[in-house]
Amino acid sequence: MPGTITDEIEIIDAGRGGGTNVPAGGDDDGEGSFGSPGIPQRAYFTVIQLGLAGIIMFFMALTSSFLVRKGLGNDWVAFNFPRILWLNTLILLASSITIQIARRHLREDEKAAFKRWWSVTTSLGILFLAGQFIAWRQLARQGVFLVTNPSSSFFYVLTAAHGLHLFGGILALVYVSHRSWRRSRVSQATATDVASIYWHCMDGLWVFLFALLYLGR
Amino acid sequence: MVTHDSGGHHHPPTSFIRKYIFSTDHKVIGLQYYFLALFSVFLGMALSMLMRIHLVWPSAKMPFTPGGQMTPEQYLALMTMHGSIMVFMVLTTAPQSGFGNYALPIQIGAEDMAFPVLNMLSFWTTLLSLIVLVSAFFVNGGAPISGWTAYPPLSALGQIAGPGQGAGQTLWVVGVAIFCIGSLLGALNFITTTVDLRAKGMTLGRMPLTVWAWLVTAILGLLAFGVLLAACLLLLLDRIAGTSFFIPGGLVVTDTPIVSHTGGSPLLWQHLFWFFGHPEVYIAILPGMGVASHVLSTFSRKPVFGYKAMVGALGAIGFLGFCVWGHHMFISGMSPYSAFAFSLLTMTIGVPSAIKTFNWLGTLWGGRIQFTTAMMFGLGFVSLFVTGGLSGLFLAQPSIDLYLHDTYFVVAHFHLIMGVAAIFGIFAATYFWFPKMFGRMLNETIGKVHFWFTFVGVYSIFMPMHFLGLAGHPRRYADTTGVNFLGPLHSVHYFITLAAMITISAQLIFLFNFFYSMKAGQKASENPWNATTLEWSIPSPPPFDNFAGRIPVVYRGPYEFSVPGATDDYIPQHLTPERVGKAH
Repeated sequence: MPGTITDEIEIIDAGRGGGTNVPAGGDDDGEGSFGSPGIPQRAYFTVIQLGLAGIIMFFMALTSSFLVRKGLGNDWVAFNFPRILWLNTLILLASSITIQIARRHLREDEKAAFKRWWSVTTSLGILFLAGQFIAWRQLARQGVFLVTNPSSSFFYVLTAAHGLHLFGGILALVYVSHRSWRRSRVSQATATDVASIYWHCMDGLWVFLFALLYLGR
Repeated sequence: MVTHDSGGHHHPPTSFIRKYIFSTDHKVIGLQYYFLALFSVFLGMALSMLMRIHLVWPSAKMPFTPGGQMTPEQYLALMTMHGSIMVFMVLTTAPQSGFGNYALPIQIGAEDMAFPVLNMLSFWTTLLSLIVLVSAFFVNGGAPISGWTAYPPLSALGQIAGPGQGAGQTLWVVGVAIFCIGSLLGALNFITTTVDLRAKGMTLGRMPLTVWAWLVTAILGLLAFGVLLAACLLLLLDRIAGTSFFIPGGLVVTDTPIVSHTGGSPLLWQHLFWFFGHPEVYIAILPGMGVASHVLSTFSRKPVFGYKAMVGALGAIGFLGFCVWGHHMFISGMSPYSAFAFSLLTMTIGVPSAIKTFNWLGTLWGGRIQFTTAMMFGLGFVSLFVTGGLSGLFLAQPSIDLYLHDTYFVVAHFHLIMGVAAIFGIFAATYFWFPKMFGRMLNETIGKVHFWFTFVGVYSIFMPMHFLGLAGHPRRYADTTGVNFLGPLHSVHYFITLAAMITISAQLIFLFNFFYSMKAGQKASENPWNATTLEWSIPSPPPFDNFAGRIPVVYRGPYEFSVPGATDDYIPQHLTPERVGKAH
């Protein structure tokens, strides 16, 4: 909006002065000019649920492609399912339990215990990704690659797409544990809850994909 | 104006870069999207002009084609890029991301979108996708030739499938995938903002129909773009990694057997693409419906007829939009039973569409109509929506579609309903909100000249195409020289090209009006249209945080025009009950 800079500043100055009722948690990210308005904490819950709906549509498209491609083609060949995937699944399920333990400690204001269990969860997430990588290596040693067969193509695509989303979850966990909340727009409780919702859903998504890949291979 | 203090430290940025380039202000981002679409629409029109010239004068020398004369492949490249740029960068971008970003937060009484930085990222992602898409023109082989629908196997095979199918098609797939990500991020913000950031008193039943339309559109985008993203991912792997998701075995392309692929299903792409593609049609048109409702009510000085039915119809169209993708695939060999189901569901969309149309007419009925340019484009939207929608009823029937599929009848249909109807929605919105966006009025006389040229122009272009289609003229043919049964239709093509030249030239009138009025137009007051919604309660243009720190309280619905007993013929949403009847 060219030519309006002065106008805007004047209007804003005139508009202020009716009190400065800063919402809980504050809203200043410390840079002033890049600041954002205060928003209710429930918005973070809304956006994570919507984001998950979008992610689920993405994976449902891949899932229906899996089923259609398997049903229509006559070239589907099963491969030896890497056994480490069972262990990986257990690791990810365990991480859902540890994240719940961490949340309970936060609710009871036991910060140190929260940090500890939160780190355990993060480590289990990293361990899961490492396990997935090992599964890929095992397949590669059998000579099963992305282009070998549609069954392996879908295996690599689905595990990679899920791995990428889980990596996003790990970044969220690291963010939650390292963020300073004093001047943050989002409260620690909200961020912890939102990250946990995402984590559980990525866990559930993996269980679904695991079943799909195992039963449909 | 009764307000409650929002309290936030929401300082305006002071540097040019943060204010206009990397801005997190929804208004600046809305304008960035608008200008992105404005650039794209002129690019898309230029491409269509080259196609129209080639259709009528096939041997004409073209400035951008090596060797002078346009090849059929170059024609297809123009067509592909015209469609892709218009659908993604104009019809998806301007009505939703442009005007939605600008007006939605203000209309619901919010200071900004829920996640301003995410909002900025959405825009920059979209700009990146435009750059990637357009760069396809400049790579070896040029732009892709497989249409905006990119049907495999030809879109999946690479260079062997034709010029442009190499690097150009890869850039297309990557560009569209990036666009999906930008649109998904945008949809998250739109829905969250509408759900959680409404001002006190702004109940769902008091939201302007524009907000409802943007909300439903965002929901469609959230559920549809993920599917296209997945499809693009698989197509990209077929192209660059050698997988066989979409490429069947036993293909022979230009005498070369394709031995590296087996068993893939081109139909799978069609299902995935149209599961996105049909909702995409509504992503383009629903915001226009919202704007038409808003503008028709304001300039009829009457409440929207059947507000709840209008909201219900938006929802119904959105829902049904996900159930009808198969009607794009009637001739793909699908079971007649599936075709029947898709056909029936498609025709069901006629019900909410008719509800909307009759309610628009009901809104106009008995109103004191003010023929502003915005109103005329709103009326034009209704006209084009009806015309384009009616031909949809023919195409929705598999038996008729067998004949009309891939003819100019389809070109006429989708251009009217999805293309120019949506464009008329954009124009209505532009003429309506320009005073708010730039603080100055667009010239109404020039606006009306622009309207009549455009209105008569688009009908002159697209109505004759129905006849071409009925006569069996296939679409996507670069040259009909020597095709005997098409010979007599040449004069129709000639007329269409002439109409296109005039209509496209008339858009320069708009461009002049737009930039001239931005600098030298008459100063706009706070509420030049005597409208009721919240954006008209703040200065034109609005301050950085919209309400200068004082969020309004909403007391009534969005379309309180000509209320019996009131002194004025409109009652703004933010006016306290005590002040109704007094001058404001």
